[in-house]
Amino acid sequence: MPTAVATDTLLDFSDVQMTFPDGTVALSGIDLTVKRGEFVTVVGPSGCGKSTLLRIASGLETASHGTVDLATDRIGYVFQDATLLPWRDVQANVELLAELHGTPRADRRAKAKEAIDLVGLTGFEKHLPRALSGGMRMRTSLARSLTLDPEIFLFDEPFGALDEITRERLNDELLKLFVAKQFAGLFITHSVSEAVYLSTRVIVMSGRPGRIVDTFDVPFDTPRDPEIRFTGEFARLVGKVSHALREGA
Amino acid sequence: MSAEISEGTAPALVAPRRSRPRGRGRLGLWLPPIALLLIIVGGTYLVNFLLGTRNFLLPQPHVVAQVYIDPKNGPAIFEALLHSAEVALVGLAIAIAIGVLWAIAMNSAKWVERTTFPYAVILQSIPILAIMPLIGFWFGYNFAARTIVCVLIALFPMVSNTLFGLQSVDRGHRELFKLQGASWWTILTKLELPAALPAIFAGARISAGLSVVGAIVGDFFFQRGTPGIGALISKFGARLQSPELFASILVASLFGVLIFLLFGWLGRRAVGKWYDFG
Repeated sequence: MPTAVATDTLLDFSDVQMTFPDGTVALSGIDLTVKRGEFVTVVGPSGCGKSTLLRIASGLETASHGTVDLATDRIGYVFQDATLLPWRDVQANVELLAELHGTPRADRRAKAKEAIDLVGLTGFEKHLPRALSGGMRMRTSLARSLTLDPEIFLFDEPFGALDEITRERLNDELLKLFVAKQFAGLFITHSVSEAVYLSTRVIVMSGRPGRIVDTFDVPFDTPRDPEIRFTGEFARLVGKVSHALREGA
Repeated sequence: MSAEISEGTAPALVAPRRSRPRGRGRLGLWLPPIALLLIIVGGTYLVNFLLGTRNFLLPQPHVVAQVYIDPKNGPAIFEALLHSAEVALVGLAIAIAIGVLWAIAMNSAKWVERTTFPYAVILQSIPILAIMPLIGFWFGYNFAARTIVCVLIALFPMVSNTLFGLQSVDRGHRELFKLQGASWWTILTKLELPAALPAIFAGARISAGLSVVGAIVGDFFFQRGTPGIGALISKFGARLQSPELFASILVASLFGVLIFLLFGWLGRRAVGKWYDFG
C-alpha cells in the first residue's frame, strides 16, 4: 500500500512494529518522519530497539508490521564501528562503495579525494586502518559514505566508542557537513547532550518494546557554535530530554 | 561552507606500526637455534665416540657431509630429492586448488557444507598407510599415485582453514556490502577471499609440510619409475649404509623446513601489511 509521500519527506515510518522470530517485541507503534533539512536523533535506553529502527530504515531488516517509505536510494549508513577493510588503505576504503556501484576509476578517485578532504584526512590516503586512531577511522568511514552523495544519512551510534574530546570534535564536523551537504540525518545515540547538540529534533524512546515516548524540537540554528553546549537553554533542554528518558524507561 | 578540520593533517603524526623485528632483533631470533645446533653436532661426535664398535648407529657429522660430495651417492640423493620435491609441490598445488574451491562451495551453499564437510573430516581421519595398497592398485605405482598421497594428506588443512577464513568475515562488513546490493561474486572476491587470506596462507603452510611427508611416504610404497628420496632412505636403511641414510634423511628434513619457511614468507608478503602473520 504505497503511501503518498510529500516530496520533502525522505523517510516515513507508519505504525511500525518489529517482532523477532523468538517472540521478542523490539519496536511497537513507531510513527516517524524525517524531512529534507532535518537532523533527527533517537535516544533511548540500551536494548530499546534504536538500532533495529535504523536497520529497518536501511532495509537490512524488514518490519513485521506497518509501512516504511524511503523516498531515495542514496542512503549513507554509518555503523557503530568504522567497518573499514583492513587490507585497504584510506583511499581504497573510501572508494569502496563507488567501486561496488561500478563507478569508473577516475570518477571514484575524484569523489574519494573530495570526501577525504571534507573529513580532513588529506595526507593519510596511503595509511592502512591499523595505523589510524579510532577517530580517524570513523572519519574514513564517514568519507566512504559521503562518496554516495547521500540524501539521507543513517548513523548507528557512530561515536559511541570514542573518547569525549574526539566525539565532540566529530560532532562539530558532522554539523558542518550537515550544513554544507544538506542531507537529512537519522542519528542513534545514547548520549543526550550529543543528541541535543546535533539535531533539529530529538526523539525519546522507552525501554523494550521500544516506543516513542516524547519528541523535542531543538530551537538552535545551524551552524551551531560549540559554546551553546554551556548555555542555560541548552542545559534545560538536555534536562528535559533526560527526564523524559528516565520516565520512559 | 567548508567543513574542513584542523586536526592532524600531517601524515608524520601517525607512524605505521612495525610488526617484525629487524637488524639485531632478527639476528637474535636465529642465534639461539644455531647455538643449539652446534651443541647437537658436538654431542653427536661424543655419542659416536662412546658407542665404540657400534658407532655406525650414529655416524660422525663430517662423514655424513662427505656423502654429499661422494660422486656415487651425492648426485643420486639430490636427484631423488628433486623428484620428491616435484611430487610434493604438484600435490600441494592440487590440494590448495581443491581445498580453496571446496571451501568456497561450502561457504556459498549451506547444503554443500552439510553434505560434504563430514567427508573432509573422514578424509582426515583415514590412516593413510591403510589405503596405500588401494592407491597403488588404482593409480599404479608411479608419479600419479605418489601425488595422490600428497593431495590426500595435505587437503584437510586447506579446506578447514579456508572455510574458517571465509566464515570469519565480520558481520558489519557483510552488511556494508549487502547495503550496496553487492553480488555473490563481488562479496567473494572483494570481501571474503581477501579476509580469508591469512587463514588460507596458514593452511597452506601446514599443508606444505604435510605434502613433503606425503611425498616421502609415497616414495616408500610406490617405487616404480625414478626413485624419490623416500626410496633411497628405505634402500640405505635396508643396507645399513648409515652415513648415506643420515645424509638422505637430513636433506629430506631440510626440504620440509625450507618449504615451511617459504610459505611463511609468502604469507607475510601477501598479508603482512595488515595482519600479523606468524
